[in-house]
This record gives sequence, C-alpha cells and structure tokens, in this order.
Amino acid sequence: MKINRRRFLLSSAVVGGGVLIGYSATRPSRHRRANEELAAAGENYVTSFLKIDADNTVTVYVPHAEMGQGVHTSLSMMAADELDANWELVNIEQAPATDLFANGDLVTGFAGELGAPSFLAPLISVSAVKIAELGNLQTTGGSSSVRFTGEHSMRYAGAAAREMLIDCAASRWQVPASECTTALSHVHHNASGRSLTYGELAADAALLEPSKEPTLKTREQYNIMGKAISRNDIPAKVDGTAPYGIDANPEGMLYAAIRLAPVFGTKLVSVDAGDVLSRRGIKRIVELEDSVAVVADSYWRAKMALADVVSVFEDSPNASVSTDSIFAQFDASLASGESDEDRELGDSPAAFESASDVIEASYRVPYLAHAPMEPMNCTVHLHEDGTAEVWTSTQDALGIKSRVASILGVSADKTTFHHSYVGGGFGRRLPFTWNVIDHAALIAKEFNVPVKTVLSREDDMQQDYYRPAVASNFRAAFDASGLVRAWENRFTGPIQTPGAAHIPYAIDNQSIRVVDGETHIPIAAWRSVDHSQQTFFTESFIDEVAHRAGKNPYQFRMDLLKDHPRHQRVLQTAAEAAGYGRNLPEGHALGIAVQESFGSVVAEIAEVSMDSNLRPVVHKVTCAIDCGFAVNPDTAASQIESGIIFGLTAAMYGEIKIEGGAVANNNFPDYEMVRMATSPEIDVHILESDNTLGGFGEPATPPLAAAVTNAIYILTGERVRELPIKNHKFQKPSLAQV
Amino acid sequence: MANFKVNGEDKALDIEPDMPLLWALRDELGMTGTKFGCGIASCGACTVHVNGVAVRSCVTPVSAVEGQEITTIEGLASAAAGTAQPVATFDPANSALTAVQQAWIDHQVPQCGYCQSGMIMAVSSMLAQNPNPSDADIDSSITNVCRCGSYPRIKRAIRSLATA
Repeated sequence: MKINRRRFLLSSAVVGGGVLIGYSATRPSRHRRANEELAAAGENYVTSFLKIDADNTVTVYVPHAEMGQGVHTSLSMMAADELDANWELVNIEQAPATDLFANGDLVTGFAGELGAPSFLAPLISVSAVKIAELGNLQTTGGSSSVRFTGEHSMRYAGAAAREMLIDCAASRWQVPASECTTALSHVHHNASGRSLTYGELAADAALLEPSKEPTLKTREQYNIMGKAISRNDIPAKVDGTAPYGIDANPEGMLYAAIRLAPVFGTKLVSVDAGDVLSRRGIKRIVELEDSVAVVADSYWRAKMALADVVSVFEDSPNASVSTDSIFAQFDASLASGESDEDRELGDSPAAFESASDVIEASYRVPYLAHAPMEPMNCTVHLHEDGTAEVWTSTQDALGIKSRVASILGVSADKTTFHHSYVGGGFGRRLPFTWNVIDHAALIAKEFNVPVKTVLSREDDMQQDYYRPAVASNFRAAFDASGLVRAWENRFTGPIQTPGAAHIPYAIDNQSIRVVDGETHIPIAAWRSVDHSQQTFFTESFIDEVAHRAGKNPYQFRMDLLKDHPRHQRVLQTAAEAAGYGRNLPEGHALGIAVQESFGSVVAEIAEVSMDSNLRPVVHKVTCAIDCGFAVNPDTAASQIESGIIFGLTAAMYGEIKIEGGAVANNNFPDYEMVRMATSPEIDVHILESDNTLGGFGEPATPPLAAAVTNAIYILTGERVRELPIKNHKFQKPSLAQV
Repeated sequence: MANFKVNGEDKALDIEPDMPLLWALRDELGMTGTKFGCGIASCGACTVHVNGVAVRSCVTPVSAVEGQEITTIEGLASAAAGTAQPVATFDPANSALTAVQQAWIDHQVPQCGYCQSGMIMAVSSMLAQNPNPSDADIDSSITNVCRCGSYPRIKRAIRSLATA
C-alpha cells in the first residue's frame, strides 16, 4: 500500500508492540475485569459482552460502530438468541472504547479467509501469525461484524452465559443441569415446576468462568436470529436526537477550519493571515507541518476567515501529476513486462500460441472518494490535568483513542472516547485514514478547551484516501471449436484484497498478474475494496468473451460455472426473478454480473434503456445473494439496496480528477450522486445455504457496474470500458431488444 | 440582532446578518438535529421549514428569515400537531412523531441516518403541499442526497402516506 510518506511515518509512530489474541472474547479474564471495572451495584457481567441485572434485563455491549448497517441490533440478536433471552428485556449498548471490548477476533476471521484486509495490513507482520496491537483495535469494516464478531464472539458469549445460568440454577435446586431448560430469560426445572429468572441467578453466574466451548444452537433452534427485527438506532434518527461525532458540543468548545496541503505530501511554507485575527470570534491561526487552521468561536467564522488566509505550500515533483499522466504511467507499467503473479493456472502462453481466435480489451476506472454524508470531524479536549477526551464518528474507536492520546502525549488510559453514531463510513473512517483525527489532536494540543475540527465537503473531497484508479488489460484465447481456452489479465496494483481479480469460470489456462500502480495519491479501502474495480473488469470481459463466442451471456456463464454451484444458484435465481429471456418493454435490455466477495455470492441483473439523449437509464436491479444465513433479513436487504446504489453512483458518475498533483473535484455538483430520480427499483432475493455466514455491507456493490454496462452493450453495441459511464458519448441509436 | 422563531420560541441572536441559518441553529443555538452536508444547497441535509416550506438552511442567511417562523426536525412533531396532517388517519395526539417520522420507522428507512433530518423535512413539506404525489412528483421534489441509498425505502414510506 502506497501511502504518503509523512502520513505513514505518523502511523508507524503510533502502531507497534503488541499482544496476541486469537480466541473468543468470552475468555475469563475479560468478564472478571468487566465486573471489577465497570459493574455498578446489582449489575453483573456474565461475559464481557453481557450484563444481566437483578430486574432481569439483559444488556448486550456491541463492540462495533453503528453506521446504519444495523450492527447494534444484529449482534444483540445473536447474543440474545443463544442466551435464550426475552428480546423485550434486552437493552443494546455501544461497548466502551476500552481493551475489554477490543474486537481483534475479526482479524483472525480474515486471516482464516484470504489474509487480512488492507486496512489492517500495517498491523500484521510478514511472519503471518504474529498479529500486533489487536488489543487496540475496535474496528468495523470488511463486512465482518456479524460473520466474525457475531459468530465467533457474541453467540459464544450468549451460549456460555446460558450454560452458566443453568449451572447456577441446577446447583441451587440440587438437580442435574441436564434437567434444566431455558426460555425467555428464565431457567426452568420442568420436573419440579420450578423457575428462576436470569436476574435472580446473575450474581452467582458472574462468579463462574465462561466455558470456552459452549454448545451453540442449530439454525432450527433460533428464536430471534432470522427474524426481521426493527433496528434500535432508527427512532433517534427520525427526530433529530441521534448523536453524530460532528454534533459534539462540550462546554467552551472552539471550532477549527483547516486547509491541508493540496498536493499530497507537501509541507506548509508560509502563511499571511492579513487582518483575520482582528475579526469577530477569531482566536488563533495554527500552522501545522502540512496545513493551516483558523480557530474561532464558530465554525462559520473560522471557515470564512480561512478563505482570506493566504498560504504557500512547498513545490513538489508531484505537482505535474494529472489523471492523464497517471494512466500514461499505468500504461507504461503494463507495457513494461514486469509483473508479479496473482494467479497462474495451466499454460497460458501455449494456449495463446495455438489459439484460433484472440480477443483483447483494456479497461480503466478512476479514483473515487468515499464522501460520507457526515463531513469528517473530530473534537479533542486536552485537560490541564493530563486527561483528554475525544469525540468523533469512527470505524475504530479504540484505535482513535490511542492515536489521539499518543499525539497529545497523554496516556490512553486517561483518554475518554465519546461514542456516537457514524454518519457514513464506507472505509473513510477506518484505521490509517486519519488525517482529520491527527490534525484535530494537533490543533487541540494548543488549547485547554475543546476544539472541534471539521473538514468541509470540499476539504474532504480533496483530502480523502481514495479508491485507487486502476487499469487492466485482458486477452482471451479460443480454440478451433470456439471454446475459451485461456484468460490473461494484467492490472495495476497494489492488491488490497487478495483474490478480487480471480474468476470462478472454468478456463484451464489463466495468467493473472499485477504490475506497479503506485502514485502519490493516498488510497484506502472503499466499500468492497478491490472487488469494486475488479468485478467491473472481469464481469465485463467475460461478457465480451461470451458475445465473441456467439453465446448467450447468461448461458455462457452458467456453463463455465459448473464448479461453482453457489454462483449458478444466485445467477439462476436473479435471472428468473428479472424475467431474463422473457419479453421486456420495448428498448429495454438486461445485463448480468456475478461475484463472490466477503463470503457472499451475489448476482445482479440490471434492466436498462437508453433515453432520447442516448443516456442510459437504469430501471431496475434484481439481486440474488447467497449469504449462508441472514441474521436480520430486513437489515440485510437494506444493506443490499445500499450497496447497489453506492455501486450505481460510482458506475454512472464517480470520478475523482487529478490536476496539478491535487484533486480537482469540489463538492457534490462535480462528484454527483444517484438521487431519488435516478434511483432504480431494487428487487432483493436472499438465499440461505449451509455455507458459513457471508457479509452484507459490501458484496452488493461489486457486480453493479458490469451489470449496467453489459446491458448497455446489448442496447447500443458499444462496450463501456472506462468508468464513469457519464463520460461515454454513445453514438448509435438504440438497437432492437436482444 | 437577528430575530426569528425556532419551533415556536422567539430567538434573538447577536450574530452577523450573513451567517447562514444552519450555523446559527447548530453553533449558536446548539440545535444539532439540522445537519451540515455540503454547504452549497446541493445535498439537502440542512433542510428546515421557513413558514412551513422546506428551505436549505446552509445558504439561507439569517437576515433572510428575520421575523420568520423556523421549524427544525426537533420541533416537527409539535409544529405538526397544530396544523393539517398529511394523513387524515394519523392522530398526532397519540404520537410524539408525525406520520412521516412514523412511516420512516415502519419502513426502516434510515441507515447511517445523517441525511434523514433533511429528508424528513423535505418530504413533510412536499406532502403538506401535495398529499398524493406521483412518482414523478417525488423525483422532482425530493432532490436530497442519501449516500447510504435509502431512496427505495423513502419512496415506499412516501407511498404509504399518500392519501389516495
């Protein structure tokens, strides 16, 4: 991962040392510590994630950020179901940002999958098993909360607690534990007709050690999981009371507006603040290594004043970099012949040598910004007594707390993190995308009152850590009988998600290799990470191959997916639901794409037409997903709708332009979003299977772009090989429906 | 001095006349339900009602609302209680929420939720003027950005509120 050098050094200054955690967070020391450190009178932590009060209420502590994915509710459902709790008596709380509630489990989950995700890569040494600093992670990302924390921690916590409560009841009644049953937050001994509430047993149960291997329920035993349960975060989100990081308002707070070096990696040289300091409410000009900030008693005053502050940043060789020069660099890199293996199967060169026909195509996608609705912000208060407080919306509360403490030069133990809802993450608020956090801490260090630093929309658009721009060159070889014999792909790296460029299709000879694609533009995980670009590439090119072979793109895929029944199943389900092969409205066509990511297999079929101005209109997207099991099916459906619209925004409009080494985009008018009028009908089909749980937050995003452009090809005969689609000028009138 | 009413209360603020209403609400009055999204009236996260009509507060200077009646998301339910409801069957006396807010819960509309104050204010204003909007009316009236893509559920919620 190429990161701006200065930012990287800041990162490594904070990360280091480490503890190793590799098993469930139900382990004994944690719940003991929770009882010692956190429990008030009458409260008992039965595991570190579960507290049962004497009045029989169960509180589930969720160690993940609620960003609208419904994780507070879903994880609580998992713990409560295994506990056999009465859902009506369950409270849901955000776990505090302490190491008691670190969720390093998800890292081991990823390690078992395909290697750790990129946003954790700097934490993980090359010696593979030595995972550092997991005790300081409380990360929400990688579509991982339910399938890793939920499956590996929350269910075990609930099941272990249930067994502890049974043991206590059995011992109180002097009966074998095997004669006791549980339901709705009670333990029953049916033979004697006796019952106790969990609340009556909790104090005793908290003295026991949780089993590391409690017996989990089977799916047919679930009472809560699998039901569409209303999310607990929604009521506060309809009356304006839901707190976000940007809403922090501690007593005496000041506000900072900041201008960061426009060319990434350059330093501040000089500042001329003119008369700014004499204006109403302006407190101070703060000069940092790479930025200048105005601190005032209102954000608006600070922002208006900053506009009149003249700043000079150092020259940089990167100041001549543009989108065009980056793609020229990529083309040179692809042409150089120097590449690293991603996947090699069979003998690709031989297959091309003996080919009867070869098809080739080049694809490109631009940088993308995350643009969460809540602008980036962080409020920091360094108290005179050496304690500190932090308020921000983040996908890693514990990591942020440590980082801010480190920058302030105070102990993390004396730093309090104030949780809030997260107004959109999508990767922007993961570890190592820390610019606003670092700057807020550095600015607040100069004051003894709280200071809230806010990036305006323009600031965030120009100072994000972007989905990388990528170029990909393909070739495929056919033999004399028209069968596809070889698949070759050369794409620019770095690889952030191992396996994203791999294809499920049964092609004997494959050569998939990565070339250098490093630039000075900072990059990070962006919803679905490498799958977002790679699926556009691979699902477009396989479509080209199908058409070249004269085959129906659906049947062509189905035939080549013979070793991937999950892919076949979702494709078939989506095709049937979308009316594939049946009569469509005049001038409409269906485009197909399928991809496995984050443990789920997703097929999407886009119904598209061209309007009178030859612009594509996406009418409907039909999606089928094999996710193993959906803990909360309604939340799952909403995540899929979200992923599709996120993917559609990227496909139709998404383009961060680089000019003069900096980002040229400013705000939503030049980084356009799908809105109500351009939002398609979405039809979601959730297919359960015996497979382990798959993710929901990301897997619906990858197939969307290719589904749309594959439909456009049918309509126009024109193949869109560069995103966004808005840049493509379609020349031909719509063809008849295919 | 800037003088206007917010959710029925008189406010007098010693602020610059060109300060946008958004920042007067958030930073001067501490009313954080109204959100900053783009600052240029492009996304609608800052939507409030001025005399019952949706307005993007991030580009509305307080001088333009002198003496006017502002309603924010925090005051929507109490403001609605005294006026005509978009849904005849909805009884505000039995709810702390308006019909629109309740529909947002019933259809599980919000995801991250950050844009939803503005969405609800925009939709409430639309339904007050046009209780039975067509899909085309919805598309042209509701131009707010939701980065999470809650549009399909917003549409479903609005349809459930239509009086026809």
